[in-house]
Amino acid sequence: MVFSPELAETRFGCGLSPVVTPPRSAGDMLDGLADADDMAARFPIGTFDSYRDYLFEARKLQRAFNKDRQDKDKRAAFQQAKDRARQTDMQFSVNTLLRCTYSTTPFRERLVAFWSDHFTAYGKNNVMGTATTPYIEDAIRPRITGRFGDMLVAVTTHPLMLHYLDQDRSVGPDSKAALQKGGGLGLNENLAREVMELHTLGVGGPYAQDDVRQLAELFTGMGFSPAKGFVFRAAQAEPGAETLLGKSYGGNPARVEPIIDALHDLAVHPATARHIARKLAVYFVADTPPDELVDHLAARYADTGGDLMQVYAALLDHSAAWQEPRVNIKPPVDFIASAWRALAVDPDHAAQLPFNDLRRTLVQPLKLMGQPWQRPVGPDGWSELDEAWLTPQGVATRLRWAVSAPRTLRPDLPEPTAFVDQVLGPYATEPVRFAARAAESKSDAIGLILASPAFQRR
Amino acid sequence: MTPALSRRAFLSRSALLGCSLAASPLLTPVSYAAAPWDTRLVVIILRGAMDGLDVVRPYGDPSYAALRGVIGGGPESGALDLDGYFALHPALEPLMPLWQSQQLGFFNAVSTPYRDKRSHFDGQDILEAGTDGRSGGHDGWLNRMLTRVPGVEARTAFAIGYGEMKVLSGPAPKSDWSPDANLALSPQAVRLAEMVMEEDPAFHAALSEAMLLSGDGAAGLGMAGEDGAGEMMGGTAMNARAPAGGAHVKVAQFAAEQLRGDTRVISFSINGWDTHSRQDRAIRPALGRLSDTILTLQNGVGPEVWQKTAVVAMTEFGRTARVNGTGGTDHGTGGVMVMAGGALRGGRVYGDWPGLDEASLYQRRDLMPTRDVRAPAAWMMRAMAGLDRAALEQVVFPGLELGGDPGLLL
Repeated sequence: MVFSPELAETRFGCGLSPVVTPPRSAGDMLDGLADADDMAARFPIGTFDSYRDYLFEARKLQRAFNKDRQDKDKRAAFQQAKDRARQTDMQFSVNTLLRCTYSTTPFRERLVAFWSDHFTAYGKNNVMGTATTPYIEDAIRPRITGRFGDMLVAVTTHPLMLHYLDQDRSVGPDSKAALQKGGGLGLNENLAREVMELHTLGVGGPYAQDDVRQLAELFTGMGFSPAKGFVFRAAQAEPGAETLLGKSYGGNPARVEPIIDALHDLAVHPATARHIARKLAVYFVADTPPDELVDHLAARYADTGGDLMQVYAALLDHSAAWQEPRVNIKPPVDFIASAWRALAVDPDHAAQLPFNDLRRTLVQPLKLMGQPWQRPVGPDGWSELDEAWLTPQGVATRLRWAVSAPRTLRPDLPEPTAFVDQVLGPYATEPVRFAARAAESKSDAIGLILASPAFQRR
Repeated sequence: MTPALSRRAFLSRSALLGCSLAASPLLTPVSYAAAPWDTRLVVIILRGAMDGLDVVRPYGDPSYAALRGVIGGGPESGALDLDGYFALHPALEPLMPLWQSQQLGFFNAVSTPYRDKRSHFDGQDILEAGTDGRSGGHDGWLNRMLTRVPGVEARTAFAIGYGEMKVLSGPAPKSDWSPDANLALSPQAVRLAEMVMEEDPAFHAALSEAMLLSGDGAAGLGMAGEDGAGEMMGGTAMNARAPAGGAHVKVAQFAAEQLRGDTRVISFSINGWDTHSRQDRAIRPALGRLSDTILTLQNGVGPEVWQKTAVVAMTEFGRTARVNGTGGTDHGTGGVMVMAGGALRGGRVYGDWPGLDEASLYQRRDLMPTRDVRAPAAWMMRAMAGLDRAALEQVVFPGLELGGDPGLLL
């Protein structure tokens, strides 16, 4: 392999920074992952458990308001609760970007983004709609260096996922709860299908409709409440055992443990190893990664029972992972995050940015670039293909963002000619240097550097 | 540029170059090619699996009420009677005048050849690829259609919006744009940007295209400038000026502008059909977008072009015949295709109705598809652009059996 610090920072990190030293070796990168998560401590994001207070409070206020929709005070109280949640969430988004800006192990931030996309989930109403970052913070981030199976269990039993893929409403058709109610309650296959199709085996995997149905029955009983978080409601669970991929799980009485066993079995299935290996290779290396790289990752995954640190080590020790030229294109969120890192956006300044400035420089442009913040179209997350971002409208929006947003993020824009070397390093080309000198204004110069293909590819 | 040649006229001619890298549109004279045919085709991909049984409700089917009690119902529940057997979802009421003037129709019990795994994403891939699900790469069927007709230029076909439209991707020239992506940079910055991008052909192509389409540029995009998009990040306009009626209306307005010019094929998406829960509420916003879109197209192209326009809306698959345990429906198989336009022989529900009794359902759960969804689309293309049977069955839709002509277009 040909390790290069600059390639490490761009392909496996959040781009070059004028203030953070790149890693010296792949070993450095792995050590960084094994070390304490200093970015999480420095730029905190509340966990979903702490976020539940908002949910709980908002639900109370909403009920009060629903009882008396003419009452202006009740309307205002509910609105304030929603606003508080939204502003908290925006602060969390800022901290997500600041972690990318200052991390000495930006590989961690990329992995968190990768797994958050793999396990796409978001709230579909009011306050739940702003709970994605807390979900990532407690279900995903602490588990990216552990076993895949543990992350799978944490995600699949997480309130936000249960809500997003409708599991909290799915009830066993022959369960006590359904029989008592005598109609109106029943199964919902959504989560069961996506767990196999997207999260584990992959759509080409060895499962059929019947397995989806069986897993949906096995999943019944999982739910959550704003007061308690995850709950298992045995009365809603389908009685009896279920057979998934030829193996029987559960029985009477219904318990949560067989669900967890099934998830762990799915996690170590060879199809899952292959599916995860391919996705990692595509995400980090190229839209069509070399087969030998995928094989290498899948083998390490299978050999270690899905020990993710080992899989990352396999990725970094394979020469195909260090091939140049850089062909992948940063998706919009990563484009903006790496611009924050390049600009070394001051944390105090970022924390004080008015809500509307953040909407103008983050939320709205992401939508126009084709990647609305934490809102992919479906549970399969964002496109893996570069061509999805290389549209005229996407490229035009990036260019406009690059010349206009930096001065909001960093009012004292850096000196362009120095900036070229700081943020492009060995990837700086003569046309970019020329543009940095020839531009009519500093913001145009910075914008042209950030919009250059050398900055946008990794 | 001579003063006699307005920027607009100039750009609309140079626009025909599309994203050609070899030729700078500023320097190369191009000859004006008339659009290759006259009928306009708008293909809308309804992502998320639209529940055909809720949109066109078969209230005359004896099994319907038992399957759909809580989320459906015929005219007695507010649905709009179509033909004594099917009734339209009440949220589509604004489209009833089109039905009455035979400019709205449906093709029932259609599906792609995709079966059983019921994955949205595979389902959409196969719908857009137009293949039988076993073969075919990344090309979309609309693009392959364009490879089979002469005179196609970049502006002949447009994919609109920020999401990917696989249905139009492929080797034939086509354009991508979104109505609110204007460049709005100084000419100097644009020149330098071109230079910076030049070393990367893919970026450069995208930027050149954006330059052509930006501002008051090509093909009469004047409307795009009115939405404050140029001020997007420079001021507060972006927050303040949400377009009336939402993004889908802007997309439809933009589409209509193109269709009044040389564009003959347009594709975009309408999302939000994945109604697993509380479908009675969940499906309404999406139906509202569909109905706004069709009416905006109709108004936008004007009466003359509307007579030559056919709109088809297709979805990756239908949904379960039965309501699930949460007042919604899960992923199914057979669905419905929505058609509109003055070129349509509308006012009728096409397709062989398989019935909803348990034995007639596909796998006892979904509406049984009785026709390949590609067949009606193929017959339309045959009628509008004269594609022959072999091209349709082998190139555009490999593996399709075209079957009899349903006579969808006038």
